[in-house]
Amino acid sequence: MQKRLIVPDQLLDIMIQRLAHQLIENHVDFSNSVILGLQPRGIFVSERLQQKLQAILGFPVRTGRLDITFHRDDFRRRESPIVANATHIDFHIENKRVILVDDVLYTGRSVRAALDAMIAYGRPASVELLVLIDRRYTRHLPIEAKYVGQYVNSLPAERVLVEWKNEETAANNIWLITKKEEN
Amino acid sequence: MQALSVRHLLGIKDLTPADIQLIFETADNFKEVLSRTIKKVPSLRDITIANVFFENSTRTRLSFELAEKRLSADVINFSASGSSVKKGETLLDTVNNILAMKVDMIVMRHASAGAPHFLSRHIKANIVNAGDGTHEHPTQALLDSFSIREKLGEVGGKKIAIIGDILHSRVALSNIFALNKLGAEVMVCGPATLLPRHIADLGVKVELDVRKALAWCDVANVLRIQLERQQMKYFPSLREYTLYYGIDKKLLDSLNKEIVIMHPGPINRGVELSSDAADSHHSIILNQVENGVAIRMAVLYLLASKVS
Repeated sequence: MQKRLIVPDQLLDIMIQRLAHQLIENHVDFSNSVILGLQPRGIFVSERLQQKLQAILGFPVRTGRLDITFHRDDFRRRESPIVANATHIDFHIENKRVILVDDVLYTGRSVRAALDAMIAYGRPASVELLVLIDRRYTRHLPIEAKYVGQYVNSLPAERVLVEWKNEETAANNIWLITKKEEN
Repeated sequence: MQALSVRHLLGIKDLTPADIQLIFETADNFKEVLSRTIKKVPSLRDITIANVFFENSTRTRLSFELAEKRLSADVINFSASGSSVKKGETLLDTVNNILAMKVDMIVMRHASAGAPHFLSRHIKANIVNAGDGTHEHPTQALLDSFSIREKLGEVGGKKIAIIGDILHSRVALSNIFALNKLGAEVMVCGPATLLPRHIADLGVKVELDVRKALAWCDVANVLRIQLERQQMKYFPSLREYTLYYGIDKKLLDSLNKEIVIMHPGPINRGVELSSDAADSHHSIILNQVENGVAIRMAVLYLLASKVS
């Protein structure tokens, strides 16, 4: 297994800073906008974005967590079911401008499931997608992100790993991992 | 990623504590789904489920049907009354005919203990036992423990008394298995004639005095007197049973402590439980019914991933 660093800690911080500013450019005071992080890994991005936005704007930005497990299209196509995570949305999304946030955009299937899951909570005025990494030329569905941290050209055998600093990892890093040839 | 260790839910006896935890965690998520404006998810939209009921049921059957529909499964209902079973068709033939219509899962209630186990050896579909005779009623025990966990935070270490007709109760047996696996202390209480012999071998305390049982426990799961299963007299009269084993508000108040009252339904009001006790703040009977749908969704969801 090969591991290549594509976004180091310092750059990741700048990237989130830039995405926050891009959001402010379009949403100005966030009075009618909400952020939804996709479980499980998108919530780390949405929480950092929320912190950054609140630091710049000086007022709270509504942020929720959306779980898509029961809306996935690969149920029963896997060996075992995916364990669900909590959905936590303590505001109405009816007529709101929703920003969906995930770490990596790959086939687009998670985003499709997220759109489906989100509709159960109301009818938003508009929906936008923000991702840290957009893997180009890998989409299975006609889904594109409006805000992108970085585009990455990658092969299907590769995987993008976004690591967040915790007890086990020392820093925030984004890696491109090449799996071993399987014969 | 986790999965259940079993292909069918025949009884709690076959489950591991990890299975029960996985079902509870999945049910937590489905409880959240049930609080949404749109209470439906598309997970099981390619699955067909037959509810095969050879015995009467209101709660369990409605609860299963609702759980299946909330998961977007296709549902067919079968009840023995008004069917060809009356013409002498065997259980296996009946079920095979249902399966020939491309059914993936069977939810079955039957008056004979072991009927779903027998089926599981002969058919490919996944089976959920919705009650077999006086043997097991696994989803009821799961929702009971889930309701205790919701009310008291956890099941492990808690004291649970199961009070009433233990001898004829599949709910009691499944509850004992589930509570033991989750680390609770269990006591059974009832007239000696309604306690199975050697029940203490299952690792439960036995008590004949309902007041002592109530004084000991954190949760009292009160069971119905199952007159339809009693071929002989186990106690002189219902009135005498109520006198010695009936639970009312006055008795609960005299305990001077917080106690949780559960009942799997249907209640014989004024027999094992008085109306003022059943409708008091101690009671979580309607929470049990609500949790039943989430628990059944979790079980069906987790088993559906094993449909071949």
